[in-house]
Amino acid sequence: MIDKLNNKKTKSSMNILLIILFASIIILLDTDTIGDNYIRRVLNLSAIYTIVSVSMNLVNGFTGLFSLGQAGFMAIGAYTVAIFTVPLAERAKIFYVVPQNPVLAQIELPFAAALILGGLLAALVAILIGIPVLRLKRDYLAIATLGFSEIIRIVLTNAKSISNGALGIKSIPVMPTMWVFFGVAILSVALIWLLINSSYGRAFKAIREDEVAAEAMGINLFKHKVMSFAIGAFFAGIGGGLLASLLATVDPKQFYFTVTYSFLLIIVLGGMGSISGTVIASFVVTAGLEVLRFFDDPLTLFGIDIPIFRPGFRMVIFSLLLMILVLFFRNGLLGQKELSWKLILDRLKRNKRTGKGGTAQ
Amino acid sequence: MTIEIFMQQLANGISIGSLYALLAIGYTMVYGILRLINFAHGDIFMMAAYFMVFSIINFKLPWYVATVIVITASVALGVLLEKTAYKPLRDAPRMSIMISAIGASFLLENLATYLFTGVPKGFPDIKILTTAVNLGGVSLSVATLITPFVTLILLYVVLFITNKTKIGMAMRAVSKDFETAKLMGININRVISTTFIIGSSLAAIGAILWGSKYPSVIPLMGVMPGLKCFIAAVLGGIGNTTGAVLGGFILGMAEIMLVTFLPGLTGYRDAIAFIILIVVLLVKPTGLLGEKVTDKV
Repeated sequence: MIDKLNNKKTKSSMNILLIILFASIIILLDTDTIGDNYIRRVLNLSAIYTIVSVSMNLVNGFTGLFSLGQAGFMAIGAYTVAIFTVPLAERAKIFYVVPQNPVLAQIELPFAAALILGGLLAALVAILIGIPVLRLKRDYLAIATLGFSEIIRIVLTNAKSISNGALGIKSIPVMPTMWVFFGVAILSVALIWLLINSSYGRAFKAIREDEVAAEAMGINLFKHKVMSFAIGAFFAGIGGGLLASLLATVDPKQFYFTVTYSFLLIIVLGGMGSISGTVIASFVVTAGLEVLRFFDDPLTLFGIDIPIFRPGFRMVIFSLLLMILVLFFRNGLLGQKELSWKLILDRLKRNKRTGKGGTAQ
Repeated sequence: MTIEIFMQQLANGISIGSLYALLAIGYTMVYGILRLINFAHGDIFMMAAYFMVFSIINFKLPWYVATVIVITASVALGVLLEKTAYKPLRDAPRMSIMISAIGASFLLENLATYLFTGVPKGFPDIKILTTAVNLGGVSLSVATLITPFVTLILLYVVLFITNKTKIGMAMRAVSKDFETAKLMGININRVISTTFIIGSSLAAIGAILWGSKYPSVIPLMGVMPGLKCFIAAVLGGIGNTTGAVLGGFILGMAEIMLVTFLPGLTGYRDAIAFIILIVVLLVKPTGLLGEKVTDKV
């Protein structure tokens, strides 16, 4: 059976089948035939997390730059969408403490334009940050990017005429269809995939493996690092913009730097340097975090209160999971490999041969 | 602005700066030896503050007994952290160790939120530290007054340990060349544990003084001081203990002076440390007192 699957024709028809299956599930969900709003919301959130995680993996996993600025770049994208898409009539109601900047108060953009503008602004900020910061080695880079993501949040909390401060911005128009989220996610992942398999992508990987050797081979380190960093920020900004539209509200607290840690968990679980692994992990982690919400509710079993179930337990599990992953399963699901029929078949064969379950690496 | 207010703020700046210095020593020592940002250092500081709250308020211990217990507990936590989160990854890629450090920090924060809830707890009022002293029209608490002296004494102790004792010699050797030190028969694990013991006890003392100044204990109280103190360590030259103290003082003064002279920018107080970091890394990446390090190919 396994050997029968192992030819090109079956494989491509399997791929087409999977795509049709995937598309029809989304169509059914989107037309409200199956599922409910909660499931749709979780799936949309997973799509957004996919975009941000894949972009983070481009920087951390493929280029080897330890950047922790994702939350800040998301905030830029989210606020751009929030500021420019809220209908003009609603603005005065939202900015009731400090009036909105008179220039911004007259501009309303369609969602797509605001989304792309958000991505571009995030990339611009990334370039400005990247020029000083990307000269640094890993550890410094992590602290500096973390710091910048906090500075962005501090600025958003304080620049009240632009961001409405700690009150946040409400009444952001909500997108009517799941295809907005899934369409952008598929497009983003495809673009990053193409980038990684281009000559730029090979340069990124060379920098990850050995900076000195890469430089000796004529790769302009600085240019490629800034490029990877800016592209990563662009997609994080897009993800942030979509998040604003999904939640219909933004405030600086949503972009606390701990948000970046969720993406870190995702890329470690999926495999640093594996796009398909990141996509799978995004859905698993996002859905998992939703499912784990029951840990935060008090639980009574057979009339006995289980005292460990109370608010905060979910995040303890979350951080334990990150620790266990990095201590014992450093390669994550796929390591630096990509998911393919060959990989699945090889693993199935190996398990059959050894007669054991699990996928030891 | 009257001269009194200025003097008051100057004293505040020095006192905050010396608290930063206490934490920065921990960062700089661990970085010097393991080449690792101990992200969880700020969270050990936070846990120490909670330990103090529990031993004085819940167990009604006198403050000097509580101080000993808090330092012991923090040291135990620091060593446990090293053994579980860093030791197994000694030969792993750098990025894995850093992720482990972040995970450990996040775990401590979440554990604190889970166990002690996010509601701020009041830090016990230790009379001997919180009494106000009036010096020529400037009113200061004892904690504010003694913090710089405590820091300088502890700096002296740390310098004595690293420069005059056998374990200190081993620490310097490990920090110069990890592999060679190992080959020379130095017990690496003992050296690393000692580093964590020193760092954690300084963090605990810092937490006690900090709590007397800002008596509100929350699970995320260690995050910002943690990041800032790492920056202080970079500013002073990472790996250099005296530099870390200097960096801490400069950072504390810069913050307080910003608040004093430009009150409109008070909201940006936490941002100034990161701006300093960028400037330092652009102008003098080795820090004020650091040595130049070159990459070996």
